[in-house]
Amino acid sequence: MAVQVLIPTPLRKFTGNEETVFAAPGSIAAIIDDLDTQFPGIKNRLTDDKGELRRFVNIYLNEEDIRFQNGKETLAADGDAISIVPAIAGG
Amino acid sequence: MAKVLGMRCRECGEEVPPGPVHVCELCFGPLEVVLNWEEIGPKVTREKIQAGPPSMWRYWDLLPVEGQPTVGKNVGWTPLVKAKNLGKVLGLNNLYIKNDAVNHPTLSFKDRVVACALTKAREFGYDTVACASTGNLANSVAAHAAEGGFKSYIFIPNDLEQGKVLGTLIYGANVLSVTGNYDEVNRLCAEAGGKYGWAFVNINLRPFYGDGSKSFGYEIAEQLGWKAPDHVIVPCAGGSLVSKIYKGLNEMHKVGLIDGVPTKMYAAQAKGCSPITTAIKTESEVFRPQKPNTIAKSIAIGNPADGYMAMDTVRRSGGWADDVTDEEVIDGIRLLGRTEGIFCETAGGVTVSVAKKLAEQGRFGADDTVVIAITGNGLKTQEAVVGRLGQTVGIQPNLASLDAALSTEALLASTR
Repeated sequence: MAVQVLIPTPLRKFTGNEETVFAAPGSIAAIIDDLDTQFPGIKNRLTDDKGELRRFVNIYLNEEDIRFQNGKETLAADGDAISIVPAIAGG
Repeated sequence: MAKVLGMRCRECGEEVPPGPVHVCELCFGPLEVVLNWEEIGPKVTREKIQAGPPSMWRYWDLLPVEGQPTVGKNVGWTPLVKAKNLGKVLGLNNLYIKNDAVNHPTLSFKDRVVACALTKAREFGYDTVACASTGNLANSVAAHAAEGGFKSYIFIPNDLEQGKVLGTLIYGANVLSVTGNYDEVNRLCAEAGGKYGWAFVNINLRPFYGDGSKSFGYEIAEQLGWKAPDHVIVPCAGGSLVSKIYKGLNEMHKVGLIDGVPTKMYAAQAKGCSPITTAIKTESEVFRPQKPNTIAKSIAIGNPADGYMAMDTVRRSGGWADDVTDEEVIDGIRLLGRTEGIFCETAGGVTVSVAKKLAEQGRFGADDTVVIAITGNGLKTQEAVVGRLGQTVGIQPNLASLDAALSTEALLASTR
């Protein structure tokens, strides 16, 4: 088992067009590092120079925004699902 | 020569060719339409606009479409009402209501964004349109899809007001009612976004959709006699409209239609969903997403996509922000109804009550030109005011019964 990560369209050129990829359990920050090892360059799109998540990046762990949890220190376990989505307008 | 030159990221400035894309691949920032001002500027005159149709399309030159509108030809050019009675209550001599509660065809400002987005969807060759919505956008996309012969898929939270659900189903749309709040509907739509090859008006067509709102600002200035107002109070959900009104006014200045833009922009939210106003009031650089809990469902977006843009617009313009309780939302709806004869939805109740608060804070001069943006119709959110408006007085069909009723307290209470 691993953590399932749903990749949004703008990032799929890094994953060879894969919509779903997998990472080892751990904090969101560690998972982003893991993804960057598998798909070099992807981390730079998600975080800024200081390593903080870019402000238009939304990350959900099991459908819950990580900003309502521990941010990038939020822990994901085996079998959890992470979704990365850009901010969406509407109303 | 094309009017749309390309798309530019608001966050990092990266430019890409025109297309149905909304997110910068480098930083996830929102893309905005870049218009060809050298081409457009010389063509636009007051006379040409005044000779145009009584709709938002009188500003065709300034909107990001290449051909003539294919849907929503009658959208916009809604009344700018001089609000003398409400002005008296607020201590303002030049108060106006920009009344999109009577926008054609679905009674909200969303008809502006959808007319623009679906005209663009056709230009891009789509046959199916979709949206995530808190109700007004759902109504408008469904109606315009029917008019344009598009297939439509509408995603709404499952706790929407009945009027907004019926007002979507009536047009023959496929309505998907999602167990969750709007932010959850939005996440699902973002995940579904590219999968089915649909024109999602608030996702891949978002840059074009958003620019339809500029017409709200153009109309205010033209209706004031080609003059930008001193203050505009705008309800905020995703945070786009407040910025697009300001953008519209500044574009009018850029092409010489008005002399300047002294306008201060104000954001209005419900306390139960106030990520934007809270950030502005606490002078914070970031907004904190919230879990919405308010009767103002049409603006209950806890994670506003254009929140940063809204904060930036309010600050740059020298405006401010405030939020009100659900009780004040109902007071605002009643106040506008009883002073001006306009029945607005809950978002309008928010805006009117925030305007009152801002006036009490002394933010407006008595003779300043102040515009309240009313963006939706009260008939769609009747649940909010049921039981809060006094009662009907039952009588028999005879004069004795009428005489008796006219002397009762009940009748006086209901007419007060």
